[in-house]
Amino acid sequence: MVTAEAVWEALAEIPDPEIPVISLVDLGVVKDVAVEGDHVRIAFTPTFMGCPALETMRAEMEEAVTALGGEAQVDVLLDDSWSTDKITPAGREKLREAGFAPPTPRGAGTTTLVQLQSRAFRCPYCGSSETRLDNIFGPTPCRSVRYCESCRQPFEQFKTI
Amino acid sequence: MPARPELLLEFADDELILGWRNSEWTGIAPFLEEDVAFSSIAQNEIGHARALYELAAQELGTDADSLAFDRTPEEYRCAPLVQLRLVPDWARTIARHVLYETADAIRIEQLKEHDDAELAGIAAKIEREEVYHRLHAEMWLERLRAEPRYAEAVEELWPYALGVLEPELRPVLAERVGRAEVAAVERSAPGEEFAALWEEMTMVRRSAPVGAQW
Repeated sequence: MVTAEAVWEALAEIPDPEIPVISLVDLGVVKDVAVEGDHVRIAFTPTFMGCPALETMRAEMEEAVTALGGEAQVDVLLDDSWSTDKITPAGREKLREAGFAPPTPRGAGTTTLVQLQSRAFRCPYCGSSETRLDNIFGPTPCRSVRYCESCRQPFEQFKTI
Repeated sequence: MPARPELLLEFADDELILGWRNSEWTGIAPFLEEDVAFSSIAQNEIGHARALYELAAQELGTDADSLAFDRTPEEYRCAPLVQLRLVPDWARTIARHVLYETADAIRIEQLKEHDDAELAGIAAKIEREEVYHRLHAEMWLERLRAEPRYAEAVEELWPYALGVLEPELRPVLAERVGRAEVAAVERSAPGEEFAALWEEMTMVRRSAPVGAQW
């Protein structure tokens, strides 16, 4: 007998394919798990829409449910329910430890260039806020590249969306 | 406003083809940061196209890949602005980037208020990423706005930019860009420049047997 709790636990073991220090549950992409008998329906919210890891995440969730003896149905929600605010506090901490500055919380308005160019972003290595924006875009859609003037280390900043 | 499937296809085709054009800078942009930026923007735009095609496909009884790759060139509805091949001209590329992102923001704002919750939802999700495209465009606008080559490029592309939007939204674009409305280059059957893009874009799909999995 598959339970929703067991499914949540299994999903919490699946690493993000591109940033494996954090799990899919930490990332906040699992919106809901509904179990009826052996049938497990997972409501999944993509992060960045062009992220190539989405297909892998979907396949791994299906595999995890199969391993529990269930039959998975992953519904991809094309709505606006995911934002970087859905990343859990534990997930944010794991990102920082791995050298990715976690996204800043979403403010009331949209992000501006002045904000991005400000020194409000902390270096995940030394904690200094003497950092500058090097490039709005980075190695994957979810990241920007910043440089720490204190420890002279470039680092990746998770974009706030 | 066009009916739902047409509206989704116009928007999706714009994003797919602009994504393709942006990706033509991969490896040859003026410096490394822009290589990364244009490649990343291209990836986002193609991601938006995929989601929009999926929504259209549910209604049309097909799938996203079929809509993206199995139509004939004449069936695409993308605005002429996104069809232009602009490499290796950086001034015109940035002019298109600024104009397209400004027009796109107006289209997204309208869709976010749509009565259809699916359309409003997908527009809001797309907007989260488009914010960064606009910041990037804004940064380049600051650098290039005093350059004669940039001004010429905007002059040339302005009628094309108007053609991205429905007529009722064009005055809003004119106001934001600070230019007078002129006759727009409207969406119509794509031309030769698009045909060459289509040849390349659909080549792998056409060479593989129907139903091949990637």
